[in-house]
Amino acid sequence: MNSHLWRVSAMVTVIATPAICETAPKDVSFAEGAVEASLTGVPGDPANGVKVMTTNALGNCVACHQIGALPDVEFPGTIAPPLDGAGDRWSEAELRGIVANAKMTFEGTFMPAFYKVDGFVRPGDGFTGKAGTEPLAPILNAQQIEDVVAFLVTLKE
Amino acid sequence: MARFTKTMKSLAATALGLALAGAALAGPAEDELVIETDDGPVRIVTKTAAPAFLADTFDTIYSGWLFRDDTTRDMERDDFDNPAMVFVDRGMDAWNAAMGANGESCAGCHQGPESMAGLRAVLPRVDAESGKLMILEDYINACVTGRMGLEKWGTTSDDMKDMLSLISLQSRGMPVNVAIDGPAAHFWEQGKEIYYTRYGQLEMSCANCHEDNYGNMIRADHLSQGQVNGFPTYRLKDAGMVSAQQRFVGCVRDTRAETFKAGSDEFRALELYVASRGNGLTVEGVSVRH
Ligand code: HEC
Ligand code: HEC
Ligand code: HEC
Repeated sequence: MNSHLWRVSAMVTVIATPAICETAPKDVSFAEGAVEASLTGVPGDPANGVKVMTTNALGNCVACHQIGALPDVEFPGTIAPPLDGAGDRWSEAELRGIVANAKMTFEGTFMPAFYKVDGFVRPGDGFTGKAGTEPLAPILNAQQIEDVVAFLVTLKE
Repeated sequence: MARFTKTMKSLAATALGLALAGAALAGPAEDELVIETDDGPVRIVTKTAAPAFLADTFDTIYSGWLFRDDTTRDMERDDFDNPAMVFVDRGMDAWNAAMGANGESCAGCHQGPESMAGLRAVLPRVDAESGKLMILEDYINACVTGRMGLEKWGTTSDDMKDMLSLISLQSRGMPVNVAIDGPAAHFWEQGKEIYYTRYGQLEMSCANCHEDNYGNMIRADHLSQGQVNGFPTYRLKDAGMVSAQQRFVGCVRDTRAETFKAGSDEFRALELYVASRGNGLTVEGVSVRH
């Protein structure tokens, strides 16, 4: 009945056990939209970043963005700017901030906040349509954010 | 809390991005819809000037039909090819059936279904007597329970959608003309507020997709203006009829939000508001979408 854009079974929802030095969503500090420190201290894995970005149940960035470096993605969206050259336009810290909560960089943007757990209007329990209880699990966990950032910094023109 | 920190760098980047995205932007199809029916061809207005209250938003409003692919559009050009007509037929059987507690039928009181012509085009509307905002489902249920002594039909039940299909078809080709003033005004305001509220963990409003981004692709989906003039619609993906109320549930659920229920006060107000955004398009009766 719905378009399954970001549909995930509840099981896929990420409830990662925080690693020792992982920064929780509520503790992330944004400076001019950027997040300086790694959320995990573990270097990101760009290959997994690609997976997160192209999987509907995870980041699904390609629902809105085209990425020239990923020509095999079928039907990328045309809603948002193509990400080619993002690594030239933004520093790693800025990219981390954009992925964690793009609203801190682009006021009121359509881009969802991937590392945000509360302050929503009628938060749901995933895609069930039922009520969820805040804090929700973030859409992406800390390491997934680092993996995505590790891929984005490689997008040079 | 969010500060506006868009730098010159990001503005330039966005401008560039928009230009590129613009190249791939696929607007509504250039097409006309004339439906072959048993009673001859019926012309459907799928594109017209936006109602006055939307003047700052849109010049033109479009039916969702124009955003579907060629094959899907073609299925609506001839009743013979339209899979929704099966449900209209089922509605017709129910219309004539002596199903009431004392053998009443819809036909017994209302004669043929053509007595319902024009109704779908002006709904939702405020009922003069009760002051309640009525969607077509409410009128049907009022007769099912109050005049036939039956249990109420579920808002999204097959019985209900068959009847919605039959009754909507009677207004096919008539311009949508929903009243938004007078007693409707405060329901309309409520619906408008819902339309612009960013719900759920994805923080998205109807307007984010159907006003700001119609014509764009969200992954494989070509976004329309989210008009309801085509409802109920046969959705190929579901191989069945979908009512506007059901579609709202799906669209809100997709934002990782707690939805409102089909038939709730909130979604009835939303249907009034959304329908009014389509004032001037014509009722498609039963449409086909994918
Ligand atoms: C619902 C649509 C949507 C989704 C999904 C989305 N974005 Fe965005 N994104 C946008 C929009 C719109 C902008 C433009 C910023 C603005 O609002 O001005 C943007 C901007 C960006 C930018 C800065 C633009 C530039 O210069 O390259 C980056 C980087 C970015 N997004 C990365 C991502 C990543 C990574 C994901 C997935 C984890 C993602 N986006 C998911 C809509 C989206
Ligand atoms: C016992 C007689 C009776 C039966 C049976 C009956 N109705 Fe009605 N119906 C009425 C009356 C009376 C009204 C209110 C006056 C009017 O608008 O026609 C009404 C109103 C309606 C309306 C609103 C019409 C409008 O223009 O406002 C709809 C829709 C409707 N009925 C559908 C049905 C359907 C569908 C059935 C069968 C499931 C049905 N009715 C069975 C008597 C009946
Ligand atoms: C994340 C984007 C998104 C949001 C938010 C959204 N929708 Fe949709 N909606 C879609 C997609 C995708 C479709 C199917 C393609 C199309 O017609 O746009 C659709 C279809 C529709 C349709 C069917 C149009 C037709 O002619 O078949 C209606 C009506 C609709 N939406 C109403 C709404 C309303 C009302 C809201 C707010 C409660 C809403 N949508 C929120 C994405 C969205």
